[in-house]
Amino acid sequence: MRDGTVLAIIAILPFLGALVPGVMIRAGRNACATFAAVPTALALLLLLTQAPAVMRGEVLTTSFEWFPQVGLSVSFFLDGLGLLFGMMILGVGLLITLYARFYLSGDDPMGQFYTYLLLFQGAMLGIVLSDNILLLLVFWELTSLSSFLLIGYWKHLPEGRQGARMALTVTGAGGLAMIGGMLILGNIVGSYNLTDILAQGDVIKESEWYLPALILILIGAFTKSAQFPFHFWLPHAMAAPTPVSAYLHSATMVKAGVFLMARMWPALAGTEAWFYLVATTGLITMVLGALIALFKDDLKALLAFSTVSHLGLLTMLLGFGTKAAAVAAVFHIINHLTFKAALFMTAGIVDHEAHTRDIKRLGGLAKLMPITATIGTITALSMAGLIPLNGFISKEMMLEEAAHTKWFENPWIVPALATLGACLSVAYSFRFVFHVFAGPVRDDYPAKPHDPPFGLYASPALLTILVVAFGLMPHLAEPLVRVASDAVVGYETKAYLKLWHGVTPALYMSGIAFVVGAILLYLHGGLERMWNALPRPEAKVIFDRLVTGAVRSAEAVIFTLHNGIMSRYLAILIVVTLAVGYFAFSTADMLPPTREMLPVPPFVFVVWFGLLVATVLVVTQHHNRFRALVFISVIGLSISGGFVYLSAPDLALTQISVETVTILLLLLALYFLPKHTPRDSSDLKRTRDAVIAIAAGVGVTALAMVFLTRDFSSISAYHLANSYEGGGGTNVVNVILVDFRGYDTYGEIIVLGIAGLMIYAMMDALLRGPAAKRLRDRDFAPDRSRDRHPLMMVVATRALLPIAMMVGIYFFLRGHNQPGGGFIAGLVVSIALLTQYMASGFAWAQLRQRVEYHTLIGWGVLVAGLTGVGAWLAGKPFLTSAYGYLHFPPIEEFEWATAIAFDLGVFLAVLGAVMLMLYSLSRIARFAGETVNVEPMDYDPSAANQEKSDEKAASQEGQ
Amino acid sequence: MEMIVASTIGVLTAGGVYLVLRMRAFPVIVGLALLSYAVNVFLFSTGRLATDAPPILNKYGDATYSDPLPQALVLTAIVISFGMTAVLVMISIGSYLEADNDEMALIDEEAPPDAEFEAEAQAEEEAARARASLSEADAADEEALKGLGV
Repeated sequence: MRDGTVLAIIAILPFLGALVPGVMIRAGRNACATFAAVPTALALLLLLTQAPAVMRGEVLTTSFEWFPQVGLSVSFFLDGLGLLFGMMILGVGLLITLYARFYLSGDDPMGQFYTYLLLFQGAMLGIVLSDNILLLLVFWELTSLSSFLLIGYWKHLPEGRQGARMALTVTGAGGLAMIGGMLILGNIVGSYNLTDILAQGDVIKESEWYLPALILILIGAFTKSAQFPFHFWLPHAMAAPTPVSAYLHSATMVKAGVFLMARMWPALAGTEAWFYLVATTGLITMVLGALIALFKDDLKALLAFSTVSHLGLLTMLLGFGTKAAAVAAVFHIINHLTFKAALFMTAGIVDHEAHTRDIKRLGGLAKLMPITATIGTITALSMAGLIPLNGFISKEMMLEEAAHTKWFENPWIVPALATLGACLSVAYSFRFVFHVFAGPVRDDYPAKPHDPPFGLYASPALLTILVVAFGLMPHLAEPLVRVASDAVVGYETKAYLKLWHGVTPALYMSGIAFVVGAILLYLHGGLERMWNALPRPEAKVIFDRLVTGAVRSAEAVIFTLHNGIMSRYLAILIVVTLAVGYFAFSTADMLPPTREMLPVPPFVFVVWFGLLVATVLVVTQHHNRFRALVFISVIGLSISGGFVYLSAPDLALTQISVETVTILLLLLALYFLPKHTPRDSSDLKRTRDAVIAIAAGVGVTALAMVFLTRDFSSISAYHLANSYEGGGGTNVVNVILVDFRGYDTYGEIIVLGIAGLMIYAMMDALLRGPAAKRLRDRDFAPDRSRDRHPLMMVVATRALLPIAMMVGIYFFLRGHNQPGGGFIAGLVVSIALLTQYMASGFAWAQLRQRVEYHTLIGWGVLVAGLTGVGAWLAGKPFLTSAYGYLHFPPIEEFEWATAIAFDLGVFLAVLGAVMLMLYSLSRIARFAGETVNVEPMDYDPSAANQEKSDEKAASQEGQ
Repeated sequence: MEMIVASTIGVLTAGGVYLVLRMRAFPVIVGLALLSYAVNVFLFSTGRLATDAPPILNKYGDATYSDPLPQALVLTAIVISFGMTAVLVMISIGSYLEADNDEMALIDEEAPPDAEFEAEAQAEEEAARARASLSEADAADEEALKGLGV
């Protein structure tokens, strides 16, 4: 085990690099492509520096904690398999970067392309380097998302959008299944660490959860690797630009599923279930993909189905579960990458130069674009598995493995089908060569084809060199294949590769494939007619129908539950809550009551009865809105009384003052709303609602009764014990608010402030919108009182104001030790100010207002926050309070506490928020034509006297 | 006393739930006010009931105190519920002034079945029209593509 910190850097590089192209695109397309290549090249370089160690058989690891509670850590490890895939991802990534620079036209947003490409590359790299299966899942989902962006890159094409959506749906659904499988796997082993899981293969295979985990993980792998019956998304993903297809469908995306099966090989492979599930799926996919590929006229579609077929081949090999098959699979992964990436790029070049990918419109290109034709021919022949190219070697190895594999005791079905797949593979490869490049030059190409600039064919040419090199000198690839297959099977494989195995059954099978393939191509025209005459299920139609069906059934449920009537949502919510509550209630073990009930004095009974009557009246009389408010205030007052009796003086004070402002608020609101609620529910609905309501009431009563008669333990003893010594106050409720749970309170005054500002903002928006006109036209006059600002009220509130203010300040100052505090003081002062508004009218009071309410909220939050910050200066955590005592000799000892500064913040914020809310409502009234009274009251007797004396003075002056 | 408190909570909840299920904004707000009372009393009573034992520390000797923690939580809850009521009131005024109607439904539940059917058919028709225009757009896309030779 070596330290692998560098792996984290490698993994993060593409993601950091993804930020670059978007910025660099302004510097031109060349600069953009160059800078997109830098992170890839850098990551590849770093990876290669680690290669010697991995080749020696060492494993690099590194780990950081991320979310230890769920077992998620950022762990990376690098072994042979990771190295192989890492090199493939980064190496081909580099080639694609170059190719895409020349392939994309000037109209395509190239910066976006490289950003998506690097994101995808980073996600893929993350999958192959992860040493934690939860982390692997994160990267797995990231590949689904980033490939969605890449496939749908040409967003103006409907095929591109639909293809991207289909790919995301299929691979995303598979990803969900895989999450389930991985979680089961992690639970069996007791660790989400991949290395641990791989070491516990026997435990996993014996577990009764093995089969579900296997099936779920395989669904993930099969969807990603386009295995039957999930293969249909891959051809539709061909709507992407060719560089994307070349990258996703040769080296990366679809190989992720193969990688996962190879990675999980030690943990999952080797059982019957594995063999029949994986090998059978692979076999079917291989034959089916090859068959469809033969009849595709679109070059990219042909390559797409050939990819499906080759992925099937790889899956089948991994499914065999033998050492030799694993070696063959690893080698074929490399070979498929080299020829398939080159072929996709060749198809792209043909499309780019001839402006068509339709084989029926092509032919004779060998003379017009010799370089492209050479590249295309060599790689296609490798795909066909012709000696001496690399495709031949791995296909021989595959056929050799197939030759002695029995399927349900049947010795010939696997070899026969494998040979059939090989025949078809030869046929479509030859078709690619002979129908595109060979034949006479035509004169009806959509554009005049010629060889592209060097930049476009450089990448496939390099890959072609590899195709030939690995074919002639397989020992070049041997060390990498060996170390990768060691990693797959979990022990030394001593893999060796050679071109010529002698005359074996596999060679005969290859020979048959070659001959039959050639014949098939010769008969292609006739076969195609037969094929087209056959009825075939169209995967896209089925998929679309499934999606539509899913949407329909989801709509059926949603639109029944949420039909646009709020009442129904709430009824469902309440009924479900009741049902869940009833279930808990009826199944729980109930302990016997331990508390004795308190006696009920007669006056409590009277208040209770009053509250009951008021509630019933609110419900029955709610059509008269004004009356409902009156009854509501009765309830509020009764509850305040209850708080007094049940030893909660702070609550009583808060309740009674909040009650006052709430009723004022609702009264103000009622000014603008209809005064009467029409009866618009049927008797049935009302009965139904009443039943729900009574059930809810009974349920809550029972719940309250159960806990009220039982003892409990709470953390309150701590607060009681430390309130004086730690917080310096004897009113424990207030100390909790400003000290123990000061952070809570801080958040709460912010919420209240936001609510105030929100109301102000809504009012402002309302007065600027279409509602403003409606407001102005509305006639509120009939409801007006004749004496709106009565003398008595004006005089009384003026006299009350200083007293009320003093009470507020008194509550504020004593709050720390006696009932009171910032909340209550803020509410009391608000009420004192509101009385002025009520007595002399909104506008009159507004003129005399010196402080903006917004500012008050701001100051409140600021003061409270700064008090908290002050604790930092003393080296304590945020909001730690301090207190002490001052003693001025003649006066008694005097306590000071920083908590009072915090409480001042609370006071200011509450005052500001409450006043701002009511101010906003009054402003609407002002807008609705409420007159401004200049005088404090409608009839002022002293003004009349004043006039008289003024007249006297004037007459005296005159004399 | 426990019976009194529990039944108070229950009655307030029942009243609140019934009003919340009404179709107009104002009764719903009143219902929410009732529910806030119920919830506040409920939370307060989780500290259990005690008389003559306010959580004000007594300097002269040990005394029993009622549970201060639920009280502190309920105190802020009362103030916040006022804030929320105010926001709701403002929203309902806004919607009433904009729509000239304070019904809380996007469709008319009490409409006769025929009307509902018609509305459904109309919606269906509209959806079909939207689909048609969408496929037209797609067809146009395809045309354009053919023009480009892609």
